[in-house]
Amino acid sequence: MSTLAIDKGGPTRKIKYRSMSRDRTWALRWSYFFLVLFAIFSLIPPIYMLITSLKSSAEISAATNPWWVFHPTLANYVELLTSNQFLRFFWNSAVVSIVVVCVTMLISIPAAFALARMKFWGSTTLATGVFLTYLVPDSLLFIPLFKMLAAVQDITGITLLNRWYVLLFVYPTLTVPFCTWIMIGYFASIPKELDEAALIDGASWLQTLTRIFIPVALPGLIAATIFAFTVSWAQFLYPLVFTTSIDQLVLPVGITTTLIKGDVFNWGQIMTGALLGAAPPLIIYAFLMDYYIAGLTAGSTKG
Amino acid sequence: MAFFLTLPLILLIALFVLYPAFYSMHLATLNKSMQKFVALGNFTFLFKRDTFWMVVRQSCIFALTAVFFKALMGFIVAHFVHNLPAKGQRKWRGMLLVPWVIPPAMSTLAWLWLFDPSYSAFNYTLSFFGVGPIPWLGDTFWARFSVILVNVWYGAPFFMIMYLAALKSVPDQLYEAAAIDGANWWQRIWYVTLPMMRNIIAITTLFSLIVTFANFDIVRILTSGGPLDSTHLFATWAFQVGIQSSDIPLGACVSLFMVPILAVAAIFILRDVNKRGNEA
Repeated sequence: MSTLAIDKGGPTRKIKYRSMSRDRTWALRWSYFFLVLFAIFSLIPPIYMLITSLKSSAEISAATNPWWVFHPTLANYVELLTSNQFLRFFWNSAVVSIVVVCVTMLISIPAAFALARMKFWGSTTLATGVFLTYLVPDSLLFIPLFKMLAAVQDITGITLLNRWYVLLFVYPTLTVPFCTWIMIGYFASIPKELDEAALIDGASWLQTLTRIFIPVALPGLIAATIFAFTVSWAQFLYPLVFTTSIDQLVLPVGITTTLIKGDVFNWGQIMTGALLGAAPPLIIYAFLMDYYIAGLTAGSTKG
Repeated sequence: MAFFLTLPLILLIALFVLYPAFYSMHLATLNKSMQKFVALGNFTFLFKRDTFWMVVRQSCIFALTAVFFKALMGFIVAHFVHNLPAKGQRKWRGMLLVPWVIPPAMSTLAWLWLFDPSYSAFNYTLSFFGVGPIPWLGDTFWARFSVILVNVWYGAPFFMIMYLAALKSVPDQLYEAAAIDGANWWQRIWYVTLPMMRNIIAITTLFSLIVTFANFDIVRILTSGGPLDSTHLFATWAFQVGIQSSDIPLGACVSLFMVPILAVAAIFILRDVNKRGNEA
């Protein structure tokens, strides 16, 4: 009797198990198949940049297979990296981005500290306001900002338009709100007991901030820094509107305006420039991917 | 004390965000040389122009289609990545997020080159299948298709990352319970995954709607609004009118038309983010 029961129960259970595992295997195969397709779609433009950047202009204009490099050459890289103009763009971009990151941190860390820990009149309104500012796109404000800067220039005589340093004033409007917002979240998640302990030990607010809040919230700080850097590095509209002279341009605008001469596109150089311009964010991303993603996903949670 | 810590932030927002926003409304009521008050003259002028209505329509079509496909693609890809064994996920996630990391101005140049009228690598490949040559940026329909395609390429990874994070926060027990109740994969998505992710889907979609609606880089580099102004969005048209043709008041007026849609989306995001904050 008992053996019969086992015989009956055994096979059915085994078949069920096998079919489930077969389902899993097939689901996994389909996942890989579609992921490969999506990965190809995602990586075609950067790979094509690389392919084109290794070609000479003669090979680009010859009607050969565009997906293959027959005579690889580094001429485009050599030419761009020795051209003063391109190095100038790179330098402008680097200076602007690094200064903007520092300014952003100096503004947003104290503000986030105050908004996360001190309740004062209007603090919740201000926090909401910061979030709303983050949602204001650059394309809404470039025209009034342009006119404003021109007016300031007329009144004070200080040249602002067509100077790279004007970007130091306008980029923080794009970086500070988001960085403040995610820092509020990170600071608010620090247990109150920690700063109470520091307070009892006689620490000032400044000491609490530098000795406790900043070290504990360091991952958030790194995420915010990466965000500020990539936003300033990639910004295209503001420099396009506010700067025009060649020696004042930053990389994205420089590449799109100077390497295209009339209707002549030097594609080898454009792709090389674009790839070199994409390199800093890509390198940061390659090494600090987890912080990068933490910053991306942190924006949608309230602190 | 607290006030002084937030003072730089308040000054920055007041000087470079709030003031320009109101200044923009003031500018929109002036004539081209900015010496005469014309009240709503610029607005009535815009209402009479066909290009304006085309820009309105194209902005809406562009934003809605692009966001829809970004959300759909992001959802599908997130599911596939989530299906993989845990240790392989990182690699795939890293690869699939690359479009989002490259500055859009740079990657759009690569697309411009892929769409090149005479050397298009796409047309070269398609010619083996007997398709083509497709006028990617030369024809109204294809140009509209291309700007949306590039926007989807750029934005889908953002959705993928957000959904992946949300998928990981759905407790496994819910799926186990659903499986015991005999739910198939579709029912599991419909009755377990989607309700659990509703909030994050709403936030991501609304946020993307704002960004896509206000998009500038992709259209500017790819088509500059052409052919025949058919791909212009509010941002690119405002740039052309306000900066290139130096009619600043009219440009300000054009960009102000983005405000109602942005405001509605912003209110909903704020509501959802607050709700999310209270749940946690």
